[in-house]
Amino acid sequence: MKIQIKNGRVIDPKNNIDQQLDVYIAAGKIVGLGTCPADFTANQSLDASGLIVCPGLVDLSARLREPGDEYKASLVSELQAAVAGGITSLACQPDTDPVLDEPGLVEMLKHKAKQLQLAHVYPLGALTRQLHGKVLSEMGELREAGCVGFSQANIAISDTQVLWRAMEYAATFGYTLFLHAEEPFLAKDGVAHDGEVASRLGLKGIPSAAEVIALASILRIAEETGAKLHISRLSTAEGVAMIRNAKLKGLNISCDVSANNLHLTEHDLAYFDANCHLKPPLRTQRDQDALRAGLKDGTIDAICSDHTPVQDDAKLAPFAEAEVGATGLELLLALSLKWAEQEKLDLRQALKHVTQASAQILGIAAGDLSINSDADICIFDAATYWQVSPGALKSQGKNSPFTGLELAGKVKTTLVRGVVVYQS
Amino acid sequence: MSASNIQLPDAEELLLTLAQKLEPLLQANTALVGIQSGGVWLMQRLLQLLASPIAAHAIDHGTLDVSFYRDDYAQRGLKPENRPSQIAFTVTDKHIILIDDVFYTGRTTRAAMNELFDYGRPASISLVALINRGGRELPIAPQIVGAELTLNASQNLQLIQHADGRLALTLQLHDQPDLSTAINTA
Amino acid sequence: MNNPQLDSDGRLRHLLSIEGLPKKILYQILDTAESFVGIAEREVKKVPLLRGKTVCNLFFENSTRTRTTFEIAAKRLSADVISLNVSSSSQSKGETILDTIDNLIAMHADMFVVRHAQSGAAHFIAKHVPEHIHVINAGDGRHSHPTQGLLDVFTIRKYKPDLHNLRVAIVGDVLHSRVARSEIHALTTMGVPEVRVIAPKTLLPAQVEKLGVHVFHDMKAGLKDVDVVMMLRLQNERMSGAMLPSAQEYFKTYGLTEEKLAYAKADAIVLHPGPMNRGVEIDSSVADGKQSVILPQVTYGIAVRMAVMAILAGGQIAGSQP
Repeated sequence: MKIQIKNGRVIDPKNNIDQQLDVYIAAGKIVGLGTCPADFTANQSLDASGLIVCPGLVDLSARLREPGDEYKASLVSELQAAVAGGITSLACQPDTDPVLDEPGLVEMLKHKAKQLQLAHVYPLGALTRQLHGKVLSEMGELREAGCVGFSQANIAISDTQVLWRAMEYAATFGYTLFLHAEEPFLAKDGVAHDGEVASRLGLKGIPSAAEVIALASILRIAEETGAKLHISRLSTAEGVAMIRNAKLKGLNISCDVSANNLHLTEHDLAYFDANCHLKPPLRTQRDQDALRAGLKDGTIDAICSDHTPVQDDAKLAPFAEAEVGATGLELLLALSLKWAEQEKLDLRQALKHVTQASAQILGIAAGDLSINSDADICIFDAATYWQVSPGALKSQGKNSPFTGLELAGKVKTTLVRGVVVYQS
Repeated sequence: MSASNIQLPDAEELLLTLAQKLEPLLQANTALVGIQSGGVWLMQRLLQLLASPIAAHAIDHGTLDVSFYRDDYAQRGLKPENRPSQIAFTVTDKHIILIDDVFYTGRTTRAAMNELFDYGRPASISLVALINRGGRELPIAPQIVGAELTLNASQNLQLIQHADGRLALTLQLHDQPDLSTAINTA
Repeated sequence: MNNPQLDSDGRLRHLLSIEGLPKKILYQILDTAESFVGIAEREVKKVPLLRGKTVCNLFFENSTRTRTTFEIAAKRLSADVISLNVSSSSQSKGETILDTIDNLIAMHADMFVVRHAQSGAAHFIAKHVPEHIHVINAGDGRHSHPTQGLLDVFTIRKYKPDLHNLRVAIVGDVLHSRVARSEIHALTTMGVPEVRVIAPKTLLPAQVEKLGVHVFHDMKAGLKDVDVVMMLRLQNERMSGAMLPSAQEYFKTYGLTEEKLAYAKADAIVLHPGPMNRGVEIDSSVADGKQSVILPQVTYGIAVRMAVMAILAGGQIAGSQP
């Protein structure tokens, strides 16, 4: 199928492109940008006048709920949500049921996702068996089955010796570790940031120190073992400073921030809004300012959706009992654009953090519009506003702290391997 | 601005009339109970004017705030200021003389009677009102009245107390500001 | 964000927390409570305000004392009372909070008095009840116990009428205490110029000074020149939770004895929300002593709760008495 995308403003951060160009697709690949290749006759033509044409977004953290938690969401619904949000590649967390610590499970997941022919799924394997933090998982086998890295999801390894060994082992083979920094004993039973708001609302808090202390350990071990490290979902100002220093020291690390922490703070909990029950918690304005600045100066590499769909009932409970998480695949683009607009950055900057940067972290060939790359493309209207509401979301997870908000940036068409998989 | 050309009687003069009419009722085992707020002002004056017979018959007195017994609570809620009722004597077997400023629909009197019965079982209840303005909605009537007037629903008659303690009657149309310190819908 | 406790005309629709209530409404509740104090001395200790209404005590967390005072308050207003101790019934069979509420609404409950172990539970329930139903928070987790805060201020006002000239100290486990939070909000809203908390660091919430209090860790310094001492209950779990070494050590440093009470003003009064742990946070001689107003607190608690219910249940249509 030969497709020509006409009249769109092509923005490709990796290749430094931001101009009006036509895009030529054949056999699922990008075969031309701007100049029509020889012998090219389009079967299909997409008119992208007034729209942005960019690489399909790459999301570093999504929960697809399969296997095991299908009552919350399914592969089909969530991958449809992904492409509706312009996301064509995503990494999924291993905290499924059963946990992704067996190559067979990973293969099955990859196979199932491939069959759906929606977004590409790149599983993160469990770093330890059952995520229990005691025994290393078979990282080699999991890697071969298709895992692009290893993670503990939100479950910290409390035994420092195990953490060290896990990182050392991964370092031997150059596997990337995706670790969320949270000291488990300090964070135990905490449901909100330990500060003014949690004190007033009477909620058990997770102090910033929980992230800082865990991060210090992780960074030190990474330094000593040489492990390739990605810090997931940073949430504190001190954390940003520590990453900055670590990078200056030459450590092989990257990190991301959740779109939620980029835009919300502890004050958004208001009168116990369960949609704000998140991990990491929403912290202070000062933390948010530092996260935003960190993203701007490159300390933080990418923005992720931290997509965590839950059943409707699961949020219908007093705050601490409500299930943790927010739906996010369909908001990643708009929230990234909003951040860039507020910081007075151009679209190329905005999109870099959800395309090129994330792809590089995952080590996958995606996130750009290079010639001969897969035609994974997102076409969106940067000027159209849409309202975040349950009806507007394809994900089975309707739980969003942004419900009711109007956001700019509406995906019009998404292509995966040169096939239109979403059309608004 | 008075909305009518009704000549309002002088409250101070009426008070004297009231005291005269009330005196025969003052016997043993009687108590005066003033209904907040106008009725209480009247009672305080009557306690002075009739000090002799009151002392002679050892007549008790108390006050009632009927806020918790009104029949319009479901529509209008509670007033922000409620004075506690003060009935320090035993109500049972007493002849109670209720004192109110303006008798209108009779609902305040019904509320006052209901409240009195929660204190005990009176031997009898009589009602003294400075003005009977007509328009009763219940089969209740005052035994002793200072003066009778005929007013319509849009006219709001109130008893006010000046800073020097003198009492006076005022008349307003319903959409005008309220001069009294207590909202009066007797 | 609209205050969920107030309706669109700014009148009280639910009582969920003292925080966020305008001073005017606190005064309204306290002044109405004054009128209810004397009712207990009458032959018929009832007024007919809530006749025909059903008040449902929904206690997800056990409490005989608080539940009983709410029952008495509701009955003195002539309401019908249902008391549901949910911990023993359907909750344990997995019925959700909302299902329980819906069932009770279907049985024509008009008002819910809710106690729950989770902060925010009362707000959660208030968000889901239909418009004509009122919710009173009888204690949610560590967050709020508004009627306790109100009755404490009511009691203080009885003995120390000039609130604008007082120093008040709250002593004990502020971290876990909904009573402390409500007391702090009530006192600061009503204009008490100096509110202190006295506790070891382990028992103070993060950034507690942002609530408008002065922080002390020492009883002698903390009680100096204080007019009102409000003691908090110390729960046994705190000992096992590695927050405090032992009850004895706690009593030695923070327990209110006659000797420590002497650091405060000679006419200082002592309050305690109950139930008391004698010998842990308070000495018997103080609890039963002449400066203690702990028993009057209980009496006033009924009047304050009657006032809250009476204000909530009354008509709220436009044009009603402000």
